[in-house]
Amino acid sequence: MIKIENIHKWYGDFHVLQGISEHINSGEVVVICGPSGSGKSTFIRCINRLEDIQQGKIIVEGKDINSPETDINQLRAEVGMVFQQFNLYPHITVLKNITLAPMKAKKIPKKEAEKIAYELLERVGIHEQAHKYPAELSGGQQQRVAIARGLAMRPKVMLFDEPTSALDPEMINEVLNVMKDLAREGITMIVVTHEMGFAREVADRIFFMDYGKILEGGTPEHFFKNPQHERTKLFLKEIL
Amino acid sequence: MNYEFNWMLVLTGEYRDWIIKGLIITLKISGLSIVLSMLLGTIITTLRMTRIKILEWITISYIEFFRNTPLLIQLFFWYFGSYVVLPEVINQWLYAHNYEFAVGVVSLTIYTSAFIAEEIRAGILSIPKEQMEASRATGLSFIQAMSYVVLPQAFRIVIPTLISQFLNLLKNSSLAMTIGVMELTYMARQIESYSFRGFEAFTVVTLLYIAISLIISLGINIYNKKFLRMIKY
Ligand SMILES: Nc1ncnc2c1ncn2[C@@H]1O[C@H](COP(=O)(O)OP(=O)(O)OP(=O)(O)O)[C@@H](O)[C@H]1O
Ligand SMILES: [Mg+2]
Repeated sequence: MIKIENIHKWYGDFHVLQGISEHINSGEVVVICGPSGSGKSTFIRCINRLEDIQQGKIIVEGKDINSPETDINQLRAEVGMVFQQFNLYPHITVLKNITLAPMKAKKIPKKEAEKIAYELLERVGIHEQAHKYPAELSGGQQQRVAIARGLAMRPKVMLFDEPTSALDPEMINEVLNVMKDLAREGITMIVVTHEMGFAREVADRIFFMDYGKILEGGTPEHFFKNPQHERTKLFLKEIL
Repeated sequence: MNYEFNWMLVLTGEYRDWIIKGLIITLKISGLSIVLSMLLGTIITTLRMTRIKILEWITISYIEFFRNTPLLIQLFFWYFGSYVVLPEVINQWLYAHNYEFAVGVVSLTIYTSAFIAEEIRAGILSIPKEQMEASRATGLSFIQAMSYVVLPQAFRIVIPTLISQFLNLLKNSSLAMTIGVMELTYMARQIESYSFRGFEAFTVVTLLYIAISLIISLGINIYNKKFLRMIKY
């Protein structure tokens, strides 16, 4: 479903992604971890083309996302994203945060979009907050709204960039639980996180990134018991 | 000094009617120009922020050109120039339909839109870029993200500076008398030359300008408070 073929990216002189190739299958849950600055965010932001690559190819559902013929807005509707800082729209209600893209980008009628939004809010466990403004919610609740917003476009893939790093410890689990439910429902997910408990429980594969490369990847069992690279061992020792 | 004030002269009869007529024209020309310059200013800023080089270049030139030429010159330029530049049909139509008023609106709109574009740009730049990013990531186009996410937030931030642009526009509209638009100042001048009651006429007109200004600021502030109450960053 997602094919990444030898991608390279530079920020000026800085070679941030140095040749990454991976296939991610439909329904797979992939966790990406690695030290700060290794290029994890940059990598997943390339998958919905929030960042451009300079070499290589990214194919999502058979479409080369960097080709000029690809309708970028349509692609992004199929690839949802959740950010570390939630990035909800502060000037509109929770409900409108969720219905905006379906109504404007997909032209879904208001009634129907709201129905979908209520279902999603139910699913992430905060349907009673629909008419509040984002700032009136706790961090954990905001992040769950952000997940609902991403799901509202019925994406085929969801990208998560450190979705729990900005949260107070007591709120991390409410977000992780929602994500675990999604994983079990079979949504394709690519998650940058250092929550190794989450990785162990739901990841099909874990990638370890360092210096713009995926040094190794494998099943959680393999990854935690038998890391191949010294850098991976060192990293695991530090965070576990 | 034995000047006898005669307020009743300008507050009754024909002169009062002139003032009312002038007031209506001032309200029309300012109101129309405020709406149009907001629209034009927003469009110009949006084009400027597309990151398309040629659009950026054109919009920056537009802003710098019209911000840095005196409004009076612009009024005369459109007033005398339109008939050289515009096709005959349009000129005919304009002459038949209140040509001076149209030139006044066009000049005030273009002049003010250049300032408003800059204010709105400052507002947009103060909105975290993640707002644009998050909306694009859900599949909204650049224009949609601007219209529904970035601009509504930016407007709220720049309301105070926009109000002062609107008030400038209101005051600037008095320059339109120079091309024969019969607005408030024109009428005061008219009364003065008929009755030599310039002091009274200009006092009344001054008070009217102040009243409109206060109504504009109050109105927008109340409107804005109602909304700001609901957003907390
Ligand atoms: N817009 C940019 N311009 C220049 N350099 C950038 C830009 N964005 C990121 N970088 C650099 O690219 C490198 C990788 O950044 P990235 O954000 O992808 O790392 P990360 O693995 O997500 O790190 P973290 O765990 O801290 O989030 C970093 O060294 C960063 O400084
Ligand atoms: Mg990151």
